[in-house]
Amino acid sequence: MVRRADMARRAPAVLALGRDAPSRFLPWVFALMVYLAVLALAGVLILHSAVDRWQRGEVGTLTLQLMPQKNESAGARIVLAEEILEGIGGVLEVRVVPQSESLALIERWLGVGNVPDDLPLPRLIDIDIAPGSGVNVESLEQRLGQSLPGISVDDAKAWLDRLADFGRSLELLAIAVVILIGLSAVATVVFTTRMGLSIHRDVIELLHLIGARDGYVAAQFQRQAMILGLRGGVTGIVFAVATLYGLRHVAGRLETPLAPEVPVAYWAWALLAAAPIITALIAMITARVTALRELGKMM
Amino acid sequence: MGPEVLHDVTFEINAGEFRYLVGPSGSGKTSLLRLLFLAQRPSRGLISIFGNDVMVAKQAELVGLRRKIGVVFQDYRLLGHLSALDNVALPLRVAGAKESEIQTHVSELLAWIGLADHIHALPESLSGGQKQRVAIARAVITRPRLLLADEPTGNLDEALGQHLIRLFEELNRIGTTVIFATHNKGLVARNPHPTLTLASGEIRAKKPPKKVPNNTLENTNGKAG
Repeated sequence: MVRRADMARRAPAVLALGRDAPSRFLPWVFALMVYLAVLALAGVLILHSAVDRWQRGEVGTLTLQLMPQKNESAGARIVLAEEILEGIGGVLEVRVVPQSESLALIERWLGVGNVPDDLPLPRLIDIDIAPGSGVNVESLEQRLGQSLPGISVDDAKAWLDRLADFGRSLELLAIAVVILIGLSAVATVVFTTRMGLSIHRDVIELLHLIGARDGYVAAQFQRQAMILGLRGGVTGIVFAVATLYGLRHVAGRLETPLAPEVPVAYWAWALLAAAPIITALIAMITARVTALRELGKMM
Repeated sequence: MGPEVLHDVTFEINAGEFRYLVGPSGSGKTSLLRLLFLAQRPSRGLISIFGNDVMVAKQAELVGLRRKIGVVFQDYRLLGHLSALDNVALPLRVAGAKESEIQTHVSELLAWIGLADHIHALPESLSGGQKQRVAIARAVITRPRLLLADEPTGNLDEALGQHLIRLFEELNRIGTTVIFATHNKGLVARNPHPTLTLASGEIRAKKPPKKVPNNTLENTNGKAG
């Protein structure tokens, strides 16, 4: 009589693919690929968000230039500018740049001690504004320009635009790296599947002789590739997430408005977390297609 | 393409026959069997099995034909990591049978051939005779119409060989056509059946075929290169 435990047991794998050499190293190869791909993808997301912020002028720092006026003292103009700025909602901090700092900036070009005393130097005021407050170059020029003629506000847009272009180039490079990693994963699975077909050629011939279809044999390779892909993918994502948390911690200590933010949006993390599933799917489909193609050459 | 192993081989075997395939080592018995169990196609000639021309059969048709043929190999070809039960269950599993039916049928068959106590044993723990019985059970579990055996007693002692031939005769009695390749003349003499004799890749002597019904296995001038 057949025992209940026997009835419930699952059919074992016909091809002992788990004992092959590729089954030992493939999860680590997948782990490394997923680790690199996730870091590259995170790089894309970070750069994308940074470039977006730079282009929207949300960096949060503007510089006010007060040109000297014949009938007004610079000190009075600065005090008036500070008063007006403090009354604008969204202005977090106002810092008057000392004249010595402005001179130092000029001396880089003219040489130390070569700046003439009568050179009309503008006075600079750095302003930190709250992101999303709506305070920008145009609104500040409008508010200040009525009381303070000869004023200009600079948000370093041209420089930020060049930075954004560079960021976009890096984004494309990171996407290319992710694609290359994906292609490498496909090539690795093709190679290991062919190796498996070669190692188990005798058993595969036996399976054919007892009436197995190619799809039955291919399913064995497909299942094994999926397991290895998932195993490697999960290992890779664990290391990648740990690295990203470390980066986020370091980035948080930079205290500069230009520092890119490590993405915290749920959809971004969900995309990264899908990496093991995507890896398993790529491995599974590649193994099946490769196996079917090779089996089709056999009788 | 290598040298031609078989040439001028023409014969027909009717359904329900028991036929020995005899000849010295290297005479082409295994090559002929490989053609018959569809491990390879002939380089030229015609092989018709159950009315299907093997030369032009498509992959899906070959699968259907193979499921009607059971094969017993001299070296057993059992899968070392699978138990006796799982080895015998293979043809049923590849055909998509239900697991509950598989367990029942395989257990019954293993009990019938005297291996009830070795259902979960791996091949490495079985004796030569036990392995051969597992291989035979795997070949007949799907009740094939044709059973091909390549030197199934080659690795066994005389008593065990005699026991196995009784098993094949039993299967033949319940309707399975049997082709039994052997170079053991003593075995053939003790258990007489019509023979097909191969020598140097040619049929030297054969029993003239009777009437040829539809249910026929026919090899006309098939060549293996």
